[in-house]
Amino acid sequence: MTATTRTLESDIAIPDDVKENVFITSVNGIYNWARSNSMWPMVFGLACCAIEMICTASSRYDLARFGMEVFRATPRQSDLMIVSGTVTKKMVPTIVRLYNQMPEPRYVLSMGACANGGGPFKEGYAVVDGIDKFLPVDVYVPGCPPTPQALIFGLMTLQEKIRAQSITSVPWYQKDGELTGIVPIPVLGPDLVDLRQVDVIKDEANKTKLVTTEA
Amino acid sequence: MVEILDAPEEQTLTTPDEAIAALKTQFPGITDDPRDGHEALMVDSADLLSVAAALKNDLGFEYLSSVTGVDLIKDDKLEVVYHVYSIEAGGGPVTLKVQVPRDDSASVPSLTPMWRGADFQEREAWDLYGIKFDGHPDLRRILMWEEFVGHPMRKDWKEAFYEEDHKPFGSRWPGGDVVRMEELNPFGKNVRYPDGWTPTGNEYDVETNMYGMIQKASDEIPGLKTDKVTVNIGPQHPSTHGVFRMVVTLDGETVVALKPVMGYLHRNHEKIGERNTFIQNIPYTDRLDYLSSMCNNHSYVMAIEKLLGTPVPERAEWIRILMAELTRIVNHAWALGFFINDIGALQTPMLMLYIERELVLDFFEAVSGARMMCNYMRFGGVAYDLPEHVRGQEIYSFLDTLVNERIPAGMDDFLALIDKNEIANARMRGVGILSREDAINTSMAGPMLRASGVNYDVRRAEPYSYYDQLDFDIPVYSEGDLWARYKVRIDEIYESLKICRQVLGYLKATKGAPYQPEGKQQYNIRAPKAGDVYSRAENPKGELGFYCKVNAKATNLDRYHIRAPSFINLTTLEQMSIGHKVADLVAVLGSIDIVLGEVDR
Ligand code: SF4
Repeated sequence: MTATTRTLESDIAIPDDVKENVFITSVNGIYNWARSNSMWPMVFGLACCAIEMICTASSRYDLARFGMEVFRATPRQSDLMIVSGTVTKKMVPTIVRLYNQMPEPRYVLSMGACANGGGPFKEGYAVVDGIDKFLPVDVYVPGCPPTPQALIFGLMTLQEKIRAQSITSVPWYQKDGELTGIVPIPVLGPDLVDLRQVDVIKDEANKTKLVTTEA
Repeated sequence: MVEILDAPEEQTLTTPDEAIAALKTQFPGITDDPRDGHEALMVDSADLLSVAAALKNDLGFEYLSSVTGVDLIKDDKLEVVYHVYSIEAGGGPVTLKVQVPRDDSASVPSLTPMWRGADFQEREAWDLYGIKFDGHPDLRRILMWEEFVGHPMRKDWKEAFYEEDHKPFGSRWPGGDVVRMEELNPFGKNVRYPDGWTPTGNEYDVETNMYGMIQKASDEIPGLKTDKVTVNIGPQHPSTHGVFRMVVTLDGETVVALKPVMGYLHRNHEKIGERNTFIQNIPYTDRLDYLSSMCNNHSYVMAIEKLLGTPVPERAEWIRILMAELTRIVNHAWALGFFINDIGALQTPMLMLYIERELVLDFFEAVSGARMMCNYMRFGGVAYDLPEHVRGQEIYSFLDTLVNERIPAGMDDFLALIDKNEIANARMRGVGILSREDAINTSMAGPMLRASGVNYDVRRAEPYSYYDQLDFDIPVYSEGDLWARYKVRIDEIYESLKICRQVLGYLKATKGAPYQPEGKQQYNIRAPKAGDVYSRAENPKGELGFYCKVNAKATNLDRYHIRAPSFINLTTLEQMSIGHKVADLVAVLGSIDIVLGEVDR
């Protein structure tokens, strides 16, 4: 937020000694300023990228400068989920469950090649090719692992995004607005099952049945 | 005068060669592996138990290092490979191989009753290869979940995004346009279902089994209505060091049962590794134990060098040792920081040790281009020579300051805070005890083994690189508790510094390129002949082994297995925690020093 200093001209009587200390801003401005400078990430390390995330938070890179050093161990107190590492099929139900427990407004930062799109392990049988197959992602940080500098840049990008939001249009204050909402938790069957895709899976199963009966 | 009654008999140690000869005379059914370049004793599955017993009890080969499944699809057979070492005699392994038909009826007797260290490894072979182990107490999947269909490491099991047997793939850029595999898959995801399978509803109850297994009945004390509680810790928990999960049964606050659940970071490393060319696997090894990528590189390139017969220039060996020892220092710094964090000294000691860690990472970055994932070693050397400057300082003056001043000073600060601290000592002493016998029996490795009084370090027992020319001690403590493990790691840091100082002397004196002079490394190296090799190195976490098997003229590995110390070290977690409080459980886990990338691979 850029602070513009202006002399206050209004009918409200302000005592002389605090005149210098009164600021006027838009609700949006103060709301976003406060939010963007106190993003609390969740303590949530998945793989190698988590090590760089810890380095970012520790003394040399000092995430505290951005008001983000308060890592919360529970999703219910967090604003930001940093998906730091490889998302495996076995892990993704837990991740979605955690996301569902975070209160709005919530943000997801996808850190590293693995979370962005499967990374080096993309072809493998046990890996989800990107967290965005399940969760809405706000910022992608490339790298394997991204350096602490890159992660900080990603976080600053997120701050910019937050500052551009308007309290009148953000979904979580809309009366009938569409919420980012609850993501159905994927289940572990013979392979990972995304419950939003049950119809597609049934269609495909019918197709294979047709092929086998014809043959 | 004290009369020594049981003067120990002068025991002659059996070397691997003698042991092999002895086994062959005792069991006429044993043959040599007939395949080219493969060295092992082929044992009939009916004989396995008695051969193993003879090896362990009579010949003193009491350390079962690695158990691996192999899919020999051409012969329609599955194979299990065992590498057994002698702690006392040191030296190479006695390798046993058992082959069984590839159909569902076949099984191999489990070695778990004899070596508990086989427990997780046999479960892994069952999970990934579908090899049944008779007599295994708890043969469940370990890395995948129970409902998963198929055994994914089998050669005929293909993934959803599967393309070709060998890399580099031809298909990603047909006509110069990139093809995203998601677009070819009807689900847009990396999934594949059995033919005709449709989801029906709530059949995926992975959890109930897990809890049912561990739930103990209410207490038997008559007249007292007490219940035991089953608590789930992880996979998302600040003190499980990653995505590790423990299901714990508590009586009050005391742990009465515990089941580790892993696989939450299983990244199909081995499956991808068998498709990659040799050199493509090097960056993947970085991501095993991601705190010690240089050591992983080292261990892997040594395995392939053995297979290919590549010579390594002297300067490269010194650089490798320097990297490995600096890695050991930063790994132990990290491990100690987190461990102290786990016993209650929140963050301060940890953050202190990171200051020096960052210096080492800067050095790694200057050398290899990356802080963590160094990808630095190559077959026959390293990728580049050392740079001239690090952080604007002349390289050797930087390194001299680092190993002579900065790291010792950092360690002194740390020790001043922790070593005599009453709380730290109270929490560490006498907790999580592991006896010498158990440590060997459960195939513990690295500091875990040495903290239980076993003087075993691969750098000494089977020296590789130039470790036999260096002067250093192996710290051994006999207490077997958390304190002993802490001490071993502290001492190892100082020993590593000692090694670094010696290596720096050699490095300054050697000239010449630390790689093969013939110019660029070839992308597609071909194996000159078929063969298999088990190569191990002493990683900061313990013995990291690579079992590699190639066919003649191949550009990629036929079998690529990693013996991961973190994974096997978890075998004793339950035993060490039972009887302690939940808070101690966290400390016990911290003292094992696991990295999930290596546990789950
Ligand atoms: S992006 Fe790279 S560093 Fe990050 S989790 Fe994936 S493999 Fe590890």
